[in-house]
This record gives sequence, structure tokens and C-alpha cells, in this order.
Amino acid sequence: MTYRLAPIDTSTFTAERAAAGTGTDHTVIGSAVQRSDARGHVTGRTEFFEDVAPPRLAHLKMHRSARHHARIADVDLTEALAVPRVLRILTHADIPNNLFTPLKLIGVGPDDEPVLAVDKVRYLGEPICAVVAETEAAALEGAARIKVTYEDLPPVFDVEEALKEGAPLVNEYHGQNHFRYEGHHCRRIRFGDVEEAFARADHVFEWRYQSAPIEQAPVETTGCVVVPQADGRLRIHSDTQACFFTLDNTALILETPFNKLRIVGGTVGGGFGGKVDVVVEPVACVAAMLADRPVKFVYDRAEEMQVSSPRAAERIYIKDAVMNDGRIIGRKVTLYVDAGAYSRHSPYGTTKAAAHLPGPYAIPNVWADCHCVFTNRTPSSAMRGFGVTIADFALESQMDRIARALDLDPLRLRLLNAYRDGDLKAHRKVAEGTALVEVIQKVAEMAGHELPETYRRMSSTTREGL
Amino acid sequence: MARLRGRGYASVNYPTGMNLGGDPSQALIHATTTGTFVISLSSVDLGQGIKTIAAQCAAETLGLPIGNVLVDTADTDTGPHCMGTFASRGTHRVGNAVIMAAAEARAVMLEVAAEELEVDAGDLETDGTGFIRLKGAQEKGIHITDLALAAHFKHGRTISGRGIYLKEPSAPVPETGEMDPDSCQAHACTAAVVEVDDETGVVEVLELYNAYEVGRALNPAMATQQVEGGAWMGVSHALFETTEPYYPRRDHGPRDFAGYLMPGPADIPLQHSLFLERPAANGPYGAKGIGEMTANAPIPAIANAIFDACGVRLDTMPFTPERVLRGLDALHG
Repeated sequence: MTYRLAPIDTSTFTAERAAAGTGTDHTVIGSAVQRSDARGHVTGRTEFFEDVAPPRLAHLKMHRSARHHARIADVDLTEALAVPRVLRILTHADIPNNLFTPLKLIGVGPDDEPVLAVDKVRYLGEPICAVVAETEAAALEGAARIKVTYEDLPPVFDVEEALKEGAPLVNEYHGQNHFRYEGHHCRRIRFGDVEEAFARADHVFEWRYQSAPIEQAPVETTGCVVVPQADGRLRIHSDTQACFFTLDNTALILETPFNKLRIVGGTVGGGFGGKVDVVVEPVACVAAMLADRPVKFVYDRAEEMQVSSPRAAERIYIKDAVMNDGRIIGRKVTLYVDAGAYSRHSPYGTTKAAAHLPGPYAIPNVWADCHCVFTNRTPSSAMRGFGVTIADFALESQMDRIARALDLDPLRLRLLNAYRDGDLKAHRKVAEGTALVEVIQKVAEMAGHELPETYRRMSSTTREGL
Repeated sequence: MARLRGRGYASVNYPTGMNLGGDPSQALIHATTTGTFVISLSSVDLGQGIKTIAAQCAAETLGLPIGNVLVDTADTDTGPHCMGTFASRGTHRVGNAVIMAAAEARAVMLEVAAEELEVDAGDLETDGTGFIRLKGAQEKGIHITDLALAAHFKHGRTISGRGIYLKEPSAPVPETGEMDPDSCQAHACTAAVVEVDDETGVVEVLELYNAYEVGRALNPAMATQQVEGGAWMGVSHALFETTEPYYPRRDHGPRDFAGYLMPGPADIPLQHSLFLERPAANGPYGAKGIGEMTANAPIPAIANAIFDACGVRLDTMPFTPERVLRGLDALHG
């Protein structure tokens, strides 16, 4: 078997690699062992959760909010219940502990999101009623025939608008349109004195960056099959990215002992962060218990794209204090994470963004305010690199603009400011194991970008050239 | 009308592990009487290859062929706790837990072999072939299959081990943001070469030069797949993807892959990738988490390359033809 192999550089960190046994001591580590599930995946033999087909399997489909922000005046189930093969329709009253937030497991609160909407909807697509039926078609038909009467409320979609006085309140459980961090209105970084840096800088540059929500787009959509067991337990076949996290959250919502639930998973058709929100298992478990038969709840593609939580949109303002030679002596960042209507994992992602600032550079004065803001859109949550990916777009665009404004080589500007071992980061942790200098030097070599000798001799482990 | 070529750069770092720690994972390992070691986990394989990496870490630590290791994962009745697959934590957390479990099992394996061979356990070694042998006397040894049988039926010993990895939780200081967020940092740099069609606004990424510092490439083939796939995702984020094309307006949201575009085969740039390894002191065999990072540097590198090509600074993602054309209009009237 041959594989595509990107080469491994042997010219950098030679002594450290040798000390770790690289190239000499290992028989399995460092070798191209075949991925254990590759054959199953390419021959179609791998079993995913949807390959579980228990007898009497019922199907669950959701009736979702048709409004961005509205009071629910009335829910009429009459026509839906009359659809043949519809077994049951769940409302918020059927969910034992209807209000939750997934990160309560690591101490994040308050509970701010209903499993099924109670008296209000806060985003387009919010789940209101769950239709359980003997066939998928009947569940869809039932969901389509539910009639909800709304009283519209003004929505807010822009993060800075949402923070203004008098903006519509998105989420009453927070009481204001932002998450509160230990009494502060945002997650803060305060390191050195940025105002003093702006005062003595040769140049001050300030620009704005914006992203939009991005879908994880796994091949396999979010879903589960819940199978009641003879002993009263529930076996949950799920494509969750985190089995115990899903188990614990589901048990809290069901108000059952944790050991009533068993999650079976571990073979997932792509996650990218989209499968850690615990949005299908709790309601499917309630349905399985009430209907006393196996229940499947799986998102269709439209739900995955427009209802399942995406990567948050971010708005980022960066203001830099820069000297004529390109040294950045101060960086001030104001960052807004658009959490949508509920917390999900966004308070965590916002703190992760703060920890990432000011990027991989040694900047002695850093100020950051990172806001987690509620708006009337689909809640955002985890996605590959959230808190970091969009910040990197802003930070590295900023570096390019500074280089152009000062007519400096963009790689030399980065090498000059790159963090090295021993530098104190803005969150006051001493940097170690750094290698930014070396990856920049290698890309310069690969892409034929000439660097002067002094820059080629720079290292993450020394101060040479600074 | 012209196709304008440009080049842009970006360099990034990325933290390994759940932000602020407090995200343990456990591993249990035991030998069956066949001499096969079963690793019990509840970790999830999303396609990234944690099952393979866990088996490699166990085989290396035990000193046995990888064929002697099975991975049984993601059943909460049988597998010990894992926080989950996210935050570029799987290889680091689970790898470390597996190494700890396998080291404990290896110590028992050598003790039982010492009894069986009537030698000192400290004088035994493994060479990755399945035999435990006396150092300096290669003819004196025992195969793991025979040893596992003897351990069970003759010595009454279990060859097993327990492992856990926990980075203790750190609480940020609210006033200053002082915190210990990560276990280590991986690094990447990208040079992107693009062509911008100034008539249609379409951006084509022609080439990506990527250098990744990953601590240790535990499986160079899977690492290659991961960085190439990640760079593809970066290109996709840069040029195509959003569920709200006119954010913060809510209209025109795509509902399927006909409206939510991604790079197809013809849109994939030539990728030149290189690994650097600076082993992390706390990483399994030095490895850092690289799963998430690899999508990040291409995005700003492409933005910077577009500016280099046509003078349009795109400060809003994604870099659609509409935004390019509006930028060109603003420049040239």
C-alpha cells in the first residue's frame, strides 16, 4: 500500500526530535499504518447509527418556528393528530426539564434554552412541537398540519444593534443581549497599557473585519435512534461527537438517573463541531418512552443547514500601534461573537477567542473585549476552530495591511513580531514549544520568497536577529 | 478583461485541548488469552482516525505489532469516560491515556514473562515482533500469545492497565484574562497563489504552500490527509461558504448543496505541504493537536493574495465574485 505523504522536515528542531526518539526508537509511531476504518468506509460496510433498524421504529419530525421573534398565541394540534399513523405530538409540557444549556456540565449558566418552545420563539426554525409517527411521511405530514398563531415581536440581527440601549430583548433568561462573564459584560484581556502604546507609536492602524455563519456540512446529518430496552433503560444510537457529554445532558433533561441511558456511537460521518449540541437525543428519548417503541430523529439537509447551529459570525475591530520598523507595540481588539438566540457553546468560544489574542506575536500591550452577543438567529455553536479561525482571518489580514502600509515584506514583518520561547503571552502564560518563525521560514523557501540572511537565521529558541 | 495573479501569506498558531482544560479522557486495556490487547474507550471517530492513533500508541508502548491491538470504543456501558472529539484534543488526550494504560499493562506483561522465563523483568525487552526476549540472549524468549495463556491459566494474572489524561481546569481572572488555556500550540504558515478574473469576479486558488509544525506526525499518511483536507476547508470557507450570504440579513439562506457551494475537484489547488516537528513535552510521543488549525491560515492568505492580484481588500468573508466585483467597481469606478 502506498500513500500520499507530505515530507517531514529534518533540518529544524533536530536535537529535540532526536531526544524524543524520532527516527530511531519507534516501530509503529511515525509509520503510515492504514486507517482502521478506511476499507469499511470505501466499501460501504461501515455501520452508522442509521443502519440500526429495530422493529416498530417510529419517526420524529419537528414543527418549527416560522418567525424570527414572536410570542406564541396558540398551538392547534387538531389537524395534525388526525393524520393517519401519527402516534403522538410532544410539546414542552412533555419534557421533564425543558430548560437547559449544554455547558452546564462545566459550570456555564444560566439555563437559557427550551427543548421545545414554551410561550415564545427566538429564531426562525426553533422547535415547537415534535410529531411521532409510524412512518416518516406521516410525521412530516403531521408536522406540516400543526397551526401556530404568532404575535410578532421586533427581531434584532446585528450584534452592535443588539447591544444598544432599547434593542429588543432576545433572551429573557440572560436579561440583556450578551453573556455575562463573572460580572463583566465581555471576556477581557488587559495586558500592559495600549493607550500609552498608541500615544508613542509611529503609526496607528485600525480596520474592521466581518464573517458570516458557516455550516459544518457533515455528509451524515445529526441524528439518533433510541431503542427502549427490556430492563427499562434506553439505548441511544447517536452520531454525537461526545458520548458522555450527550448522555449527561440528556439525563438532566429527562430527569432520569444517568445509568438509565446508554449511548452507542463512535462511528460518525463527519462532525466539525456540529454534533456536540445535544439537540436530537433528549426529545427522541422522551418520544421513545411515551410511545414505548424505538424512535428515530434525524435532521434533513435543510435542518442541518438552517436550524443546526453553525460557526458564529464574528465582527472584529483591530487597532494597532506600530513603529516605523514594523514592530507592533500595542494591539486593541474588540470582538463580537454572534451567538444567535441561545448560549450553546458560544460563551466558551468567546473565551477561546480571547485566549488566542493577539495572535502568535509578542506584543507588549494588549487590550481585548470579546463580546458574546444574542440575536434572533439560529444559535451558533462549535465548529472547527471556533473562536480562532475568524480571528486569524482578521489578524492575518491586519498583518498584510500593516506590511503594505509601511512598504515592508509581509514575511519579515511577521518574523520580526513572531512570539518566541520565553515570551509572556497576553493571558500571562510563558510561551514554550513555539515554532512560528520556522514555519514562516520554510514557506518562504518552498514558495521561493527570498529572505535576507538575518531573517533566515532567526529562531524560536533564541533572540537572534531581534 | 484579464486574469490577475497574486500571492498572499498568513501564519497562525493553534491551541491543543479544550480551552481552559478540565477535559479528561480515560483508557482501559487488557490482554485476552489470545495475546490480543483490547483498548476500551468511549472516544468518537469522526473520520479523523482516533481508533488508528490509539492502536498505534498502544502497540508502540507495549512493544507489540499493531495487529495485536484492537480498539473497542464509544459505548458508554463498556468504555470509560472521554470528554469528546473536539478542540483538537483527541490525539493528545486519548493518546496520553492509552500510553499510560499500555505502560501499566506492559509492566505486568514483563513481570509475568519474567516468572515464566525465570529471569529478571528488568532484563527483558520487546522488539515489536510479538516476542518478549532476554536482552543479549535472543533465543530465550516467549511470544505474547503463549504468555497471555500462561498468565491466565498458570499464573492467575491479568495483563491489564488503566490510563487517564487530565489537564487541570484553569479559571480566567475576570479583570485581566490571565489564564492557562492550552496544553501546547501547533503552528502553520500558508502562501496562497490566486487568479482573479476581473470580469466575473471569480477567484481561483492555484497553489497553496503550507508548512505545519505538528509536534510529531504519529501517522504521516493520516497527517497528510488531515492537513490537505483542512486546507481544502480553508479554501471553501474563504471563497464559498455561508448559511447567510447577506448577513446580518436573514434572506437567501441555502437549504441544500445546490445552494451551499464548496470547491469541487476542479477548484482544488495544488498543495505543497511540509511537516515540521517540535515535540511537545506533554504530547503523546510529542504530538500536538492539529485537526482544527489546518483550515485557518489559507483564509487570510487568500484574502491577502486577492489584494495582491487586484488591489481589492476584502474584509468580509466569504470572498464571493459579487464582493470582488463590488471592490473592483469601488477602485475603478
